[in-house]
Amino acid sequence: MPYDPALVQPMRDELTRIGVAELATAEDVDAFLAERPGISMIVVNSVCGCAAGMARPGVRLALGHSLRPDRVGSVFAGQDVEATARARARFAEYPPSSPSVALFRDGKIVWFLPRHRIEGRTPEAVAAELTKAFEAHCGAPKS
Amino acid sequence: MSELHGVTVVVDTKGARVYVGRCHDIEADRIILLDADGHAEGEGGVSKDEFVRRAARVGVWGREARVAIPTSEIASIRRLGEIPVE
Repeated sequence: MPYDPALVQPMRDELTRIGVAELATAEDVDAFLAERPGISMIVVNSVCGCAAGMARPGVRLALGHSLRPDRVGSVFAGQDVEATARARARFAEYPPSSPSVALFRDGKIVWFLPRHRIEGRTPEAVAAELTKAFEAHCGAPKS
Repeated sequence: MSELHGVTVVVDTKGARVYVGRCHDIEADRIILLDADGHAEGEGGVSKDEFVRRAARVGVWGREARVAIPTSEIASIRRLGEIPVE
């Protein structure tokens, strides 16, 4: 059952205020991943402690890197159910986990960070995993 | 509450089976995993080690909502996130 929207809003805001697009519907996900060419990133947000203490701060740190995806969106597991299912269908070879992060090149998944590689780590360690993936997939630095 | 509560772990047994799942609790006589998957050595031509390395790479299919593994059968408990990914 979804949590009280008022309780979850700050968890959404933590990402949207750093420029992450909120993908609240399946149509939002389709439109986001249809934008080409380039690298897209989807954060699967959640209410759990490792999203609050590790994933969201790690994403914020990583997006300060000179190399980063062309566009970043998020779905909220357990809240925006259809959007999350549609996003997960685009990386169905990976078991569902949240929080998690997926990178796409031209709409096709190229890298995935599952929950077990987020939990128990510092935000800096999560950011290091993300920036390593950015360096591998995101091309020339952006100003 | 165990420091592993909520953490995805690999529980290897002294026998053929290995389990991967989210640690719910460690009690005196058993460990309880949620959203877990288990594998027997050689099942489907896949060794326990190969199963664990794949789980480390992609994650865990939570085929069993809850698994209780007796402490007497446990050989080791590791965090899945600590297993190197190629």
